[in-house]
Amino acid sequence: MSVPRYWRESKYRYRLIGKRCMRCGALYYPRRAICTRCGSKELEEHQLSERGRIVSWTVIRNPPKDYERFAPYVVALVELEDGVRILSQIVDVEPEEVKAGMMVEATFRKIREDGTSGIIEYGYKFRPPVESKQDSS
Amino acid sequence: MRSVSIAGVGLTQVSEHWERSLADLFVEAAVKAIEDAGVGDPEAVYVANSGSSYIQGQLNLGAMMADALGKAGTPAFTVEAGAASGAVAFHEGVKAVASGLYDIVLVGGVEKVSDASPEEIACFLSMPEDQEYTAYTGITNFGLNALIYRHYMERFGVRQEDIAMLAVRCHEHAEGCPHAMYPFKLSLERILSSPMEADPLHILECSGTGDGAAAVIIQPSKGVDGEVEVAAYSLSTDLTHITERPDIVTFEAVKRASEKAFRMAGISRRDVDVVEIHDETTITGIISLEDMGFAEKGKGATLFTGQEPAAGGKPHVNTFGGLKARGNPVGATGLYQIVEIAMQLEGEAGRCQVDKPEFGLAQSLGGLGSTCAITILRRH
Repeated sequence: MSVPRYWRESKYRYRLIGKRCMRCGALYYPRRAICTRCGSKELEEHQLSERGRIVSWTVIRNPPKDYERFAPYVVALVELEDGVRILSQIVDVEPEEVKAGMMVEATFRKIREDGTSGIIEYGYKFRPPVESKQDSS
Repeated sequence: MRSVSIAGVGLTQVSEHWERSLADLFVEAAVKAIEDAGVGDPEAVYVANSGSSYIQGQLNLGAMMADALGKAGTPAFTVEAGAASGAVAFHEGVKAVASGLYDIVLVGGVEKVSDASPEEIACFLSMPEDQEYTAYTGITNFGLNALIYRHYMERFGVRQEDIAMLAVRCHEHAEGCPHAMYPFKLSLERILSSPMEADPLHILECSGTGDGAAAVIIQPSKGVDGEVEVAAYSLSTDLTHITERPDIVTFEAVKRASEKAFRMAGISRRDVDVVEIHDETTITGIISLEDMGFAEKGKGATLFTGQEPAAGGKPHVNTFGGLKARGNPVGATGLYQIVEIAMQLEGEAGRCQVDKPEFGLAQSLGGLGSTCAITILRRH
């Protein structure tokens, strides 16, 4: 993994930035240069919703290289509250507890390590919502 | 454009060929096709492959394979479209003959997966998907299949026992196929008690990747009886991220490519006698059959759950075992399908032969439906 290849995606992955068509309002993740709905080339960066529901899901038992340490892990198709769909690992839950329709929220996690001296990649995974706690101190 | 026919075919067994290289496999299949055709040297060579740049670190396969054949000097091209590479290369070769550019063309596909570790194979099979936002999540190609599998069963209320019958039938057919990787029967119980690959998808519902090569010689049609003509070839693509598809259990590329192909051949689905489908997994095969119009949406499994799978005007599906049991030598798979259809139409299918087929169709996917290539062959 080269540094620029990782770096140029980091904003979109760390903060769930997609694109919004300035003509028709269609939302895209990952980003697109051309709106597939209306053909416009005028698209702006757009912060996606960080919560959504699981549409379908699986458990990866035979992982690709650099993902072995996480296996078995859940990957789901999540529909965000703004209608955009995203693929993501689902964490902080046992695979047996995952269900279609389940509410999840984005969280910032380690994705993979490139050997012992390469880049450590971070990005989004989703988890069951953690209720915000009032600061009682 | 001229009509194009298949003059000769050749293939190797799909297997783990530990002692043989990419070139060894390619040359075996290509020489068989050249000798089978008996029309002389090819004027151009089209090579289909998907994994050599990753697995062997080898580029420029066109020149490499032409040279290995002893044909250095011949124009040669490499075509990559994931597991549809073989079919797309075939279409490119057909266009070159149809246009009049060449009279004799060799199209050969080759893949050597066994040079990679299991983790590397999982990476390789995910490479037809977007690396930055799909493979990045850690999902594999089989994981993507599993996502649509779960959704399909929920949406249509279809049982896994019915969908997995596709794999049972494939193994029944492969029993008589000398080039199959897994030429033996597997019971439904055995398939559905195998370990999970990616829930709910069992390992024995997935195609096994293998090493292999398949080749054809094509030439302008002569209009003689028994000749195998290319009746149609069509290609379509779809959104590469399944997150953007309005319906994840429909392959729009399959619908578009098959509609175009049936129009080009001037036939209807009922005219098709044999079909080789891209059953990367059981669910992919079922959805492919539905989207080509051989079954209603949600009813694809009924093609395999009856006592007599080929009865009632239904086409014979995967008569040599398909990706499931013949095996899946990824970049060569599309050419295996085309060679198998040609063998059926010529009456050269041995124990896999069906009764006097006239039309055969091969369907290939690159990625999870982002590329679909359809080929229809006809016995003159």
